[in-house]
Amino acid sequence: MKSTLIANSDDPLAAPRPLLEVRNISCNYGLERAVFDLSLTVHRGEQVCLLGPSGCGKTTVLRAIAGFHPLLTGEICINDQQVSAVGAMVPPEVRRVGMVFQDHALFPHLSVRQNVASGLRSFSAHEQKSAVDDMLDRMGLSRHAEKYPHELSGGQQQRVALARALVPKPLLLLMDEPFSNLDQELREHMGQEVSDMLKENGITCVMVTHDQNDAFALGDHVAVMADGAIIQWDTPYNLYHQPCTYFVADFIGNGIFLAGTISTPTRVATSLGDLESDTNLEMKVDASIEVLIRPDDVVHDPDGPIRAKVHRRAFKGAEIMYTLRTAEGITLLALFPSHANFEISDEVSVRLAVDHLVVFERESET
Amino acid sequence: MASVNTNLAGSHRHEQLRRSNRYVNWWSGGALLLAALAVMPVIAVLLFALRDSGDIWTHLVETALFGYVETTLWLMLGVGLSVFITGVSTAWLVTMCRFPGRKLFEWLLLLPLAIPAYVIAYAYTDFLEFAGPVQRSLRAVFGWDSMQDYWFPNIRSLGGAILMMGLVLYPYVYLLARSAFLEQSVNVLEASRMLGRGPWRTFSTVSLPTARPAIAVGVSLALMETLNDYGTVDFFSVYTMTAGLVDVWLGMGSLAGGAQIATTMLVFVVLLIMLERMSRRHQKLYQQASSRYKPLPAYQLGGLRAGAAVTVCALPVVAGFLVPVLVLARLAFIYFDRSWTPDFQLYVFNSVALSVAAAAIALAIALFVAYSRRLHGGKILALATRVATLGYAVPGAVLAVGILVPFAAFDNTVDALLRKYLGISSGLLLSGTVAAVLFAYVVRFLAIAMGQVESSLEKVSPSMDMAARTLGYRAGQTLVRYHLPLIRGGMLTAAMIVFVDCMKELPATLLLRPFNFDTLATHVYEFASDEMLGEASLGSLTIVGVGLIPVVLLSRMISRTRQTLGASTG
Repeated sequence: MKSTLIANSDDPLAAPRPLLEVRNISCNYGLERAVFDLSLTVHRGEQVCLLGPSGCGKTTVLRAIAGFHPLLTGEICINDQQVSAVGAMVPPEVRRVGMVFQDHALFPHLSVRQNVASGLRSFSAHEQKSAVDDMLDRMGLSRHAEKYPHELSGGQQQRVALARALVPKPLLLLMDEPFSNLDQELREHMGQEVSDMLKENGITCVMVTHDQNDAFALGDHVAVMADGAIIQWDTPYNLYHQPCTYFVADFIGNGIFLAGTISTPTRVATSLGDLESDTNLEMKVDASIEVLIRPDDVVHDPDGPIRAKVHRRAFKGAEIMYTLRTAEGITLLALFPSHANFEISDEVSVRLAVDHLVVFERESET
Repeated sequence: MASVNTNLAGSHRHEQLRRSNRYVNWWSGGALLLAALAVMPVIAVLLFALRDSGDIWTHLVETALFGYVETTLWLMLGVGLSVFITGVSTAWLVTMCRFPGRKLFEWLLLLPLAIPAYVIAYAYTDFLEFAGPVQRSLRAVFGWDSMQDYWFPNIRSLGGAILMMGLVLYPYVYLLARSAFLEQSVNVLEASRMLGRGPWRTFSTVSLPTARPAIAVGVSLALMETLNDYGTVDFFSVYTMTAGLVDVWLGMGSLAGGAQIATTMLVFVVLLIMLERMSRRHQKLYQQASSRYKPLPAYQLGGLRAGAAVTVCALPVVAGFLVPVLVLARLAFIYFDRSWTPDFQLYVFNSVALSVAAAAIALAIALFVAYSRRLHGGKILALATRVATLGYAVPGAVLAVGILVPFAAFDNTVDALLRKYLGISSGLLLSGTVAAVLFAYVVRFLAIAMGQVESSLEKVSPSMDMAARTLGYRAGQTLVRYHLPLIRGGMLTAAMIVFVDCMKELPATLLLRPFNFDTLATHVYEFASDEMLGEASLGSLTIVGVGLIPVVLLSRMISRTRQTLGASTG
């Protein structure tokens, strides 16, 4: 498999060229501008997620890559070939991209075997059969080869859809909310399974989702999108711990924003006490700011300086998510181990244990 | 994974980019062209009427036009009232009340839809004439001898025409009102009754107002059919605009005069379309179908009330279907030997062949245009589709004028050119051939095909297209391999309805058919015009039999899904 990556070795530059390059594209959705000057680079074997709320333009980007959406500006190259430019597109059927959909989009009038073989038209019957058999086997679908889509469970349909997309050996796999039709348990399981499968086979993949858990499970890199643009392009870990904007901090994970002021370049004063930063915050002293407090930054400590009442509790098995309210009226989210069991209206003592401060300048009105 | 294909696009890169562009133009360009063809007849009528045509216009205005308009208005008013009362009352009874036979009436009430107005007119004329069974029995019972002894209403009158059309057109209102009642929020109805309103007040203050848009759609569809009718008004000598148009064209030999009446009729058409479209918009607001079906709180009727409900529901079925079919069956039986001739078989063949061809063409066009819209969307294509499907509202006689004018111009031009340069005559190429009839059928019934195809295609998830395309199938291949198998059912229904409507179509066929060419409908019309109702009855009965096909489809849909959609014919 790896050897094929140097197929373009006649390129005088030694650095491998990215498989997918999206350069400064803009698209309309209907009459509205949906994507603004967006760029994205994906290397071979990399799995990338576009994560964002509905209507942020992420699916439009995916459709543009697949060749279903025209560009108003910019270009898209797959494998060094320009496939979309302003006013011109290579039709989707010759782009060699595979696609997996939220509704799986299996052909209901065809059996599993026929579905999977759909993309192998130019192969001989023998080649088709061996390729399909091999893929069904790898996906654990051999027993279901002659069944029809409606006879399969959600997870099985998902596997068939993936098998169908992968059998023609696409250059690039695109997935549009592939797990949102599955129930929670299956969803996590499939996310892991698909991730392993893609990694093992070195498949380059771009996935679109609004669910951060899906994105974190699958994406080497995640692009958080809002209003048609990529806000932050980072690893899942950094997105959570070092969100670069208020929107990303708010969108990824739980947490609250605590008002405060910068007292020294590494210290923030809040109504719940001073917080120390491990790096220079590089902000003006006395600037009004908001600091992100994640639920895991709030630690249960009987001697803690902050006293708050339990306002709401959500049991999550090993942990309990508490919504706490201090006497000053500040709401905190706190994630405690399950044995720290409190009832609503109980008084709790906590302290803030924040290693890395995430601070945003407060807008003048607020 | 990517080994085989890394240089796939390489040398063909620019070629592919270009090809993709031509591809886009192919589909939407074709769709626009087809839409333009479909709207051509209406444009042609308008242009032709605007041309100077001597003093026919003044002559028409001075003499007959106001009479035509007045008669048409009375006819539409009468039919409108009649279909409203019959359609709404029966729909309300079968949805809101429980009485013996209710389930049966739910679909029995659709049956009159199978009978064209001119056929029921022929049947009742025979039934009610002096020598017919009704007057004979009356004379036998009361001992009357001749016409002087008693008064009997003349069915061949404006009132008769209203009655006939009301009897076969009320199902439009019934269908739409029924589904509107079914989709009404149960909670609203229950609330109304708990607030102390009885059945009648609930009906007049809640049910009727919320169903009003749907009812208005049904009435406007029925009125479009009324405006379209030629067979009935001609037979009853009721001078509506359609009758006037045919009279001016065929009788006075003035196509220009016909075009001017046609233009006047287009005003009516526009008003009806506006009524329908506006009501449909309201309908969407009022009728937000709940996802789950909850049985409506029904009024249990017993005794006299149940008897009255059965009577109200049975009356339209008996008068609108049972009686005419029995009358026709009896006549057809008596006259079978004289009717079942090689000529008759030829007419059946002509009708079937024309209708099959028209259904196939209409469906192909609908599929092409609907799929282009799916591929490329856009406002222009959406507008083009709407314009292209206006034919359903345009009376057949008006369409005929709009088709003959450009076709004749085309023929004359070709003929003149050939004479000038080659010294030969081409004769008639389009006008006066079956091509003109086919064209009229397709334009008039394209909306039905389009509606069905679009709603079937909508049910196919767009990701299905994307899946097929990314698996290497071109747009056309995707349509044939993956869409057609999925929408086969809807396509078949559409083909069936268009086929049947073509079999029943009279005015356009009559005006556009080649010399000495008859279909079942024109054959029936001609015999009836010669007062030979007996000889016409086998043909009439055949048309009714064919007309039953979509009615059966509809009623099956009703019993299967309970909440059926509105008009699927129209």
